[in-house]
Amino acid sequence: MRRPWTTGLKWLLLGTAGTLVGLAGVVAWQSLASEDPGMASAVGDPQAQRLKGQYLAQAGNCMACHTVRGGAGYAGGRAIASPFGTLYTSNITPDKATGIGNWSRDDFWRALHHGRGRDGRFLYPAFPYTSYTRMSRDDSDALFAYLQSLPPVNQPNRDHALRFPYNQRMLLALWRALYFKPGSFTPDPARDAQWNRGAYLVQGAGHCSACHSARNALGASLAPLALEGGVIPALAWYAPPLHGGEKGLGSWSEADIAALLKTGVSPRGTALGPMSEIVGRSLQYLTDSDISAISVYLKTLPAPSSESSAGSGTPRPEPAQAERILKQGQKLYGSLCVDCHGGKGQGSAPDYPPLAGNHAIAGPQPLNAIRTVLNGGFPPSTTGNPYPFGMPPFGPQLSDSEVAAVLSYVLNSWGNQGGWVSASEVNRYRSVPLD
Amino acid sequence: MAQSPATAPDARAIPGMAERMAACTVCHGKEGRATADGYYPRIAGKPEGYLLHQLQSFRDGQRRYPMMNYLLANLSDDYLQQIAIFFAAQHPPYPPPVTTEASATVLERGRQLVTTGQPAQRMPACAACHGDGLGGVAPGIPGLLGLPKDYINAQLGAWRNGERKAKAPDCMGEIARALSPEDINAASSWLAAQPVPPDYRPAAAPPKPLPTQCGSMGPAVSKPGTMGAIP
Repeated sequence: MRRPWTTGLKWLLLGTAGTLVGLAGVVAWQSLASEDPGMASAVGDPQAQRLKGQYLAQAGNCMACHTVRGGAGYAGGRAIASPFGTLYTSNITPDKATGIGNWSRDDFWRALHHGRGRDGRFLYPAFPYTSYTRMSRDDSDALFAYLQSLPPVNQPNRDHALRFPYNQRMLLALWRALYFKPGSFTPDPARDAQWNRGAYLVQGAGHCSACHSARNALGASLAPLALEGGVIPALAWYAPPLHGGEKGLGSWSEADIAALLKTGVSPRGTALGPMSEIVGRSLQYLTDSDISAISVYLKTLPAPSSESSAGSGTPRPEPAQAERILKQGQKLYGSLCVDCHGGKGQGSAPDYPPLAGNHAIAGPQPLNAIRTVLNGGFPPSTTGNPYPFGMPPFGPQLSDSEVAAVLSYVLNSWGNQGGWVSASEVNRYRSVPLD
Repeated sequence: MAQSPATAPDARAIPGMAERMAACTVCHGKEGRATADGYYPRIAGKPEGYLLHQLQSFRDGQRRYPMMNYLLANLSDDYLQQIAIFFAAQHPPYPPPVTTEASATVLERGRQLVTTGQPAQRMPACAACHGDGLGGVAPGIPGLLGLPKDYINAQLGAWRNGERKAKAPDCMGEIARALSPEDINAASSWLAAQPVPPDYRPAAAPPKPLPTQCGSMGPAVSKPGTMGAIP
């Protein structure tokens, strides 16, 4: 008579074998799927092509990720924290031994458009090929020509430090099957050229969705084109919604949006945290017409049908305690904040942002506000605002409950939406790495 | 006292710097004079070149302190220069030194290291570079008085284990590695216990040739790949 455990074992083995065959199938499909090679463009003027490539490299902020702090430009090595472990960016200088000196423009297109390395390996989507796939072959070639014109830097790539199973590159076949299809940008004929230019930049080179869309448990953007906002994994900053709805940029003028993108400051808010780097190293170099195109495009993005409810998850304290907290917060505000942000939270444009109706305060996540009070910050030096005013880091001098009180006061003042910040919520962000 | 650089307005300085620097003075004190907490160092009146080197090193990751690395990450060389000009020109009064808990033996050892060094071990005195009055020397050598003991210990410790580096040749790295922890403690105890004289300022130039080669006395350069080098 057969013992039941042998039957169980048989099914387990069969199941495992089936899974492996299935996995092999997905890997084979992803590996062998025919790849659109695009049409390599005829190059009339190599210098003009390189300049165009340089501009695209700035628009895509390639250098920021592909350069370690204080290191040689584009030589890679910067750590990118993720929920799955740390990835290290690669050397994209034309060094033959350690960079992409042996790559052809077809190889480069394969990486940008198909998310695969020169040897066919699947690339981790921390490299945002899910957005770059919408870039044109012309632009890919221009970017490649620019990178090939850089001084080669001999700096070997560092292996990623990912946890199992994420360190099994082969498994990216599954991820790709679920979340990635090589695409292209299709202009909307109902919109004008400016709108379409904005859409192309936002969806492609700009890869705004990498931060401004929430991600699922496997790190895929949920609605990459909708830009509904989300917490940036591992960095613990909230990237606010960029659509034209009430909680997005609906009440911002195009000029306000353009000012923030071009100078880092605006009458509505200031770029801090990761956005300070994006403006400082990328967006400030875009032409005024591209900045306008982006502003115009973002304002037309529809608000999601159900916008997330206001306020943080911290429940309202009982009335007596709430009153005590607001009193304490008001007192702190009067001694530490009012000189710059004003008695009505109106700020003083453009150096001191308003706190009334500010994205960072009014979003569903108060973490930007908490981190900004704890750690302060500078918007970037830009041509339009070379010597920015800085927000002081109050973390060393305020207790968790004092930070919670002043933020709860701000959330409940001047028409802000309400909500509460707790001391334990503040404490959580004290230990988040700053750098 | 001779006319100090602070009283002559610097034609390079931009207006509104005190307000722009609120993020700095919240820890480093009004005008950069330090606060009573005993860690954040005074930055007021340090030589401009020294301040610029430190700001660039924090921004570019050669000197590590997460809050500083974060705050400066996206500021240009031009702005860091302005920040250096501003704080170098501040000369607020120094508070009296805190009472020392070090023994007389430790303090005497510290005094020796600072003022005469250890000629037998070819260890120069601090004063040989930082000036007879320990007020520092423009452009790159900071004064050593009026700093918290914990701060001096932390910096020499960081130099010893390679966490803090100056521009090559990194003379302070060599010196810190040659000092024992006891020596470091003795020197910092003595330094932190000294009152700061009223005319305390960096000297314009070294009174005699430096005993060792120091990269930080050279000009500041910005490197490719940093905020300062972007077109």
